[in-house]
Amino acid sequence: MNNDTIAIIGGGVIGLSIGWQLLRNGQQVEIYDSNKAGRAASWVSAGMLAPVSEAGFEEMELLNLNLESIKQFPKFAEELKEDSGIDIDFRTEGTMMIAVDRDQAEQLRRLYEFRKKIELPVEWLTGSEAREREPELSPAIKSAVWIPNDYQVDNRNLILALIEAVKKRGGTIHEHTPVESVSVTNDSISGITINGEEKTIKRVVLANGAWAREMKGLPDNVRPPVRPVKGQILTLRMTKEFTLQKVLRSPKVYFAPKKDGRLIVGATVEEKGFETFPTAGGVKYILEEAWEAVPGIYDLPLEEINVGFRPSSRDNEPIISDTPVKGLYIATGHYRHGILLTPVTAYEMAGIILNDKPSELIKPFSLLRFR
Amino acid sequence: MSELKFGDKVLQSRLIVGTAQYPNPDIMLKALEASGTELVTVAIRRVNLEDDSEESLLNLVKDKFDVLPNTAGCYTAKEAILTAQLAREALGTSMIKLEVIGDDETLFPDIPELIKATEKLLDDGFTVLPYCNDDPVTCKRLADMGCAAVMPLGAPIGSGMGIRNPYNIMIIRDMVDVPLIVDAGVGTASDASIAMELGCDGILLNSAIAGAQHPVKMAQAIKLAVESGRLAYEAGRIPRKLYAKATSPIEGLITSSTPE
Repeated sequence: MNNDTIAIIGGGVIGLSIGWQLLRNGQQVEIYDSNKAGRAASWVSAGMLAPVSEAGFEEMELLNLNLESIKQFPKFAEELKEDSGIDIDFRTEGTMMIAVDRDQAEQLRRLYEFRKKIELPVEWLTGSEAREREPELSPAIKSAVWIPNDYQVDNRNLILALIEAVKKRGGTIHEHTPVESVSVTNDSISGITINGEEKTIKRVVLANGAWAREMKGLPDNVRPPVRPVKGQILTLRMTKEFTLQKVLRSPKVYFAPKKDGRLIVGATVEEKGFETFPTAGGVKYILEEAWEAVPGIYDLPLEEINVGFRPSSRDNEPIISDTPVKGLYIATGHYRHGILLTPVTAYEMAGIILNDKPSELIKPFSLLRFR
Repeated sequence: MSELKFGDKVLQSRLIVGTAQYPNPDIMLKALEASGTELVTVAIRRVNLEDDSEESLLNLVKDKFDVLPNTAGCYTAKEAILTAQLAREALGTSMIKLEVIGDDETLFPDIPELIKATEKLLDDGFTVLPYCNDDPVTCKRLADMGCAAVMPLGAPIGSGMGIRNPYNIMIIRDMVDVPLIVDAGVGTASDASIAMELGCDGILLNSAIAGAQHPVKMAQAIKLAVESGRLAYEAGRIPRKLYAKATSPIEGLITSSTPE
């Protein structure tokens, strides 16, 4: 490691993809993960790319960023395949938002009207029309909204591809190697401590998700206001007789079918800190709501019950930013949109580091908005 | 405008606001501030009492508001009692908004379990604020047991259907002397005004603000609605009449043209 090396703390999709883009731009990169790379929130995610279905009433800047990122996905996936040989299964079958009862239909109507108003492509479907497009839906479905441009990827392949691509481009990934603290001297990054030993380094990207706030050595003014938002999520195994193609989302649960036969069903949203265990209530909630929307899941094998921590900032929007500490960059707070925002985060963060200034697109996501 | 008093609390604001379902913590804090509330309620089972991180929901609200813990999500007296005890230990308050849910579609309260939990918690020194039906006899019973207030629903939790049975609320007002707070059902500002005009001492709500398209604006609207409803109640409205009564007196000024 020499003085020009960029250290990235956190080997999830955000840290890995920033590292990979920096490597492609000729930088030297070392990535540190306290565990196995990519096995926290990135692994547990469902891989949905959902700028339209996730659009919030007061989140216009985030919507812009999300739309920009999904636009970048084809190029990103292609570059990644070049460097890794791994296909991330970028699927463009679209997404259907569904309403299982009268109250959900009212709620869906409101979400539909809002999307119409801001000119996002959406199409209103009756219950019967919805079931023609997705025969596994329950007869109870009242109405649905078709969203042609919300896609998905296989997030686990994305992680494996990024790990390969980083290695291929000459980067190093140090797994099971927690960075214990960062050192700041005269408002500049001067080192990181690993295994009790301080290494000199000038540039650090803090990308350790929900744990970013807890990094030791950060001055208070650059400590990102990030908390973990717990999610429980299930993996079912689809059969020959039962296969979904599209992403389905009710107001309570979603289904993301993967090419390899996994059906990801999630998720709870819990303000429970770092509570690591799944709960009976969480699993009951997901399965009950899921079964109501798609009764055919009843006999599917339940393969996994996972818990992840969405890194969530005070306003649930990402922090992709340089900081008042020279050489310290932060990329966290991606909340529900980590996989979707991976391309734009990687390209923009590489831009911030290499050009020494943020683009107009990324400026709203500065750490400084919380001061 | 007069103050709201219950237990050892004296509140200038007659609005108690919940902390769930906001788009994000930043909007939650801004909405709570815009609502003018001094007391916010937190579902103890939805947070992690051991999480002392500065960004945890509990810590964010604790800094600026008094916290009224609630037992949302409890289906038995036993769970509710345990939750109240955990809340008292963790937050150092003996106030508890007591919810014991009897049905998970309507979230209507389970009154036998509620009475059981109330009895035990009162005996244990708690200041109990029970979420209950808009049933006058239940409310009277809870008040007589020693609850610091009664909190009947206006409509099911989160339904936004307003005050569905104003006559029951009026009877409850007549029958109980402790503060009467409508808990659940308010969907928009006018619902809050209606409840206050009926003589309620306060409003507790969550979804109406958190679920609005613009929560901060709605918080301000409901603040004003609660104030204006209360002022109208204190001012004393005119009686309803079937026929018009001219604002300027005209009797004697016009001679009748009808024949004798």
